[in-house]
Amino acid sequence: MTERRPLFLERSSYRQRRLGDAARMLPVFGAVLMMLPAIWQRGEAEGAPATSSAMIYVFGGWVALSVAAFVLARGLDPSATDPSGDAAGSTRGR
Amino acid sequence: MASLNLLIFVSLIYVAFLFAVAFGAERAALRGQGSWLRSPLVYTLSLSIYCTAWTFYGAVGYAARSGMEYLTIYLGPSLVMIGWFWAVRKMVRIGRSQNITSIADLISSRYGKSTLLGVLVTVLAVVGTTPYIALQLQSVTLAVAAFSQADVTMRPLGDQNSTALWVAAGLAFFTVLFGTRNLDANERHHGVVMAVAVEAVVKLFALVAVGVFVVWGIGGGVGATLERIDASPLGTWSVAPDRWLALTALSAAALLCLPRMFQVMVVENEEERHLRTASWAFPLYLMAMSLFVVPIAVVGLDLMPADENPDLFVLSLPLAEGRSGLALLSFLGGFSSATSMVIVASIALSTMVSNHIVMPIWLSRQAGGAMVSGDVRHVVLLSRRLSIVGVLLLGYSYYRVSGGSTALAAIGLISFSGVAQFLPALLGGIFWRGANRIGALAGLLIGGGVWLWCLFLPSFGPGVILSAETMAEGPFGVGWLRPYALFGIAGLDPLVHGVFWSLLLNTTALVGLSLFTFPTPMERLQGAQFVNVFDHTAGARGWSGGMAQSEDLMIMAQRILGAAEAQEMFRRAALAQGLEGYLPEPTADFLQMLERDLAGSVGAATAHAMIGQITGGANISVEDLMAVADETAQIMEHSSQLEAKSAELARTARQLRAANEKLTLLSVQKDAFLSQISHELRTPMTSIRAFSEILRESGDLDVATRTKYSGIIHEEAERLTRLLDDLLDLSVLENAQVRLTLAEVRLRAILDRAVAATGAGGRLRLVRRGAEEVVLNTDMDRLSQVFINLISNAQKYCDAESPELTISAREMDGLLIVDFVDNGTGIAPDSQAVIFEKFSRIGHQQAGGAGLGLAICREIMARLGGSITYLPGQQGAGFRVTLPMQGAMAAQ
Repeated sequence: MTERRPLFLERSSYRQRRLGDAARMLPVFGAVLMMLPAIWQRGEAEGAPATSSAMIYVFGGWVALSVAAFVLARGLDPSATDPSGDAAGSTRGR
Repeated sequence: MASLNLLIFVSLIYVAFLFAVAFGAERAALRGQGSWLRSPLVYTLSLSIYCTAWTFYGAVGYAARSGMEYLTIYLGPSLVMIGWFWAVRKMVRIGRSQNITSIADLISSRYGKSTLLGVLVTVLAVVGTTPYIALQLQSVTLAVAAFSQADVTMRPLGDQNSTALWVAAGLAFFTVLFGTRNLDANERHHGVVMAVAVEAVVKLFALVAVGVFVVWGIGGGVGATLERIDASPLGTWSVAPDRWLALTALSAAALLCLPRMFQVMVVENEEERHLRTASWAFPLYLMAMSLFVVPIAVVGLDLMPADENPDLFVLSLPLAEGRSGLALLSFLGGFSSATSMVIVASIALSTMVSNHIVMPIWLSRQAGGAMVSGDVRHVVLLSRRLSIVGVLLLGYSYYRVSGGSTALAAIGLISFSGVAQFLPALLGGIFWRGANRIGALAGLLIGGGVWLWCLFLPSFGPGVILSAETMAEGPFGVGWLRPYALFGIAGLDPLVHGVFWSLLLNTTALVGLSLFTFPTPMERLQGAQFVNVFDHTAGARGWSGGMAQSEDLMIMAQRILGAAEAQEMFRRAALAQGLEGYLPEPTADFLQMLERDLAGSVGAATAHAMIGQITGGANISVEDLMAVADETAQIMEHSSQLEAKSAELARTARQLRAANEKLTLLSVQKDAFLSQISHELRTPMTSIRAFSEILRESGDLDVATRTKYSGIIHEEAERLTRLLDDLLDLSVLENAQVRLTLAEVRLRAILDRAVAATGAGGRLRLVRRGAEEVVLNTDMDRLSQVFINLISNAQKYCDAESPELTISAREMDGLLIVDFVDNGTGIAPDSQAVIFEKFSRIGHQQAGGAGLGLAICREIMARLGGSITYLPGQQGAGFRVTLPMQGAMAAQ
């Protein structure tokens, strides 16, 4: 049950792992980005952003996140998510 | 002008088109041509059932009322899909590896295939989804009503309920037709998914079309529209931070927990890599759906009369502008949103109701268990169909009861927060092995209870279910239980308040009870399977097959999977086992595979129970495994005992071998001694005979000669006597017939006597040291005999240049120890074992002893209660004589 995994990986597997890390980090980054509006001034208060600016910020960020997700998804190898799981990425090419 | 008849006509054509699409997809899938059905695009589009009529109509109304807050509903799910690597990927993998049929199945299966949890999740899901279905019916009804008002040729529809009823009936028909077509093992509905994907395109296209019309047709371009937005009542950012955070989190949770989302995302998932496309395409889809919401709302607020329902701006704006074609498209978009949601939701709910409520009850009412006659498939399908009708009826009733007046957004959020109660159990289940059934049950009960009390019941409005008094004062005047101010903390937004407390208490209960209770083996097994799904996709270990009869299993499988499918599956399994025919051996692997397949049709808990009934209750495996583990431990113990025994045997054998070797050696020595002693006896006897013959035959011998000859005879006779004495002595000693004369003696005296008797002091130099003043109670003669023997041995055998014997005495632990160590070469190790044996003679025969001396010494020392041993590791030969100080005569 305790399968021994190699400690260090070859280059392409290593790249896959780091892309997986990026894919995990992206939503965290996105959440921070999208939580910023929560601390904006609002209503009649001084410095409250106009709705048009808010729309540009939110939708711009939204598209940027989607594009980043697209780039990551293209880079991630499908076999890294096939039934042999994480270990597949670590043993391929050996 | 838009005509209601045209609307109905177009709608019917659209519905017919959807039927055709669904049929086509089903047939293509049946013929195996459906590769285009399994494209990632179709998967992504099917996810868009997240956008219901609530989105299509409600988002604009939401924006008109609360500004940009509506965005939270789409941002949350976008973030979850962008973060597919965390949760969604794992859920899909688990769903595929365990043949999960619904969110209730997932949770029930994770927590030890618990039927109770399945029921609880199902009930909560039904309660949470019913208002949502009502919402869809309401939106279609409102849209039709809007059209009928605009149509001057028709009298206004007096009874809107009939519209809702017809829509509900039509949806029930469609859903039953395509949603319960077959009991597929993997529970996928190609027709439904395809129709939903088409509807997804239609609704996006319709909303974008209305948006484009508003921005460029009415607003005058992007810049002008943005200016118009800023100048409107929605012009500045006005979202409360607490709601922004809470709603984003809530909608993110809803994406994972909504039964209909689970259905399309996990159950209908064809391939895991489709997630890669969905991870960016679905956020983009949501973004596009919400892009034009604010412009439509702003323009609507500008142009439409103040009493116009903002929820219908998407429809009423084109109508008011005289764009009946666009309005029709918009209606179809809303219709698509509503119908696709209702179809998928009712399929998901009916699966849950059927698998977790109806089938367990039905099974328990069948005395014969799963073995009764009749096709179970019909029962399952019938229960599904009835469940679909029931769910839609519930939705319709809710619509009638609630009066269809509540703002769409409010109902949607209540529904979201209801299903979000699954989140702790769900995430806890797939990320934390420690989460257990009791924790999940308590969490769901508490979270669901708080949700009911703080969100669901108050949503009917004061005085409907909860009285205004209860709302203001708490139940029976218990102030800290006020639905909007639990624990007396008032001032929170009611929704944020309810979401916060329900999820907090839910999670606390789950974690707390999981920490302090112990899960059953099945839960632990399933927990490991779920949490470590990426490590080993192997299935749950399960059935001990011995009791199960293949034929019974086949009869049952035929009823659930269908005769042809079951036979094919059994044939393949038999083939894989190398058997002819249709009956494979009921091995654990086969039973496990069968259970999986059945689970795809009737849910994990039911499938488990059904196989359990046939295997004669010799099922649950994990307990068996535990027992087996115990047995193994016992066997290991036995084997270690055996090992010990065998080691003992080996030791005994070794001892026996040593003894045997010793015996052989002794026998050889005895033979050698016998020849030696015959020689020893023969030599004096020969000289005695020879000299006595001379004395007898020759009478003329002079006195000197005669004296010399008789002296020789005498000496030889003495030698014989000594030898015989020794033998006799040894014999007496060995037979314990010796008489000891005990007296108080000083050790020095005994040693002096022995030294004097041996005449030592010539060649052999004596070194005496140690506690020689010790007084002993012993037999002086015997002990000095031993000492004499040892000293004379040294005289005879010490081969050093200048022989030296060290005699050292000391007391230790009540024992007197006297060591006799010379400086010769000592005794070879292989001889050390035998020197104390009788007739043992080693090395050169310079001294011509009979080999009895040391044997006699050993016997004497044993009689005296002490011992004599060879002392290895000295300069030369060393002997140690040990005596008890108090002279206890052990053997006497």
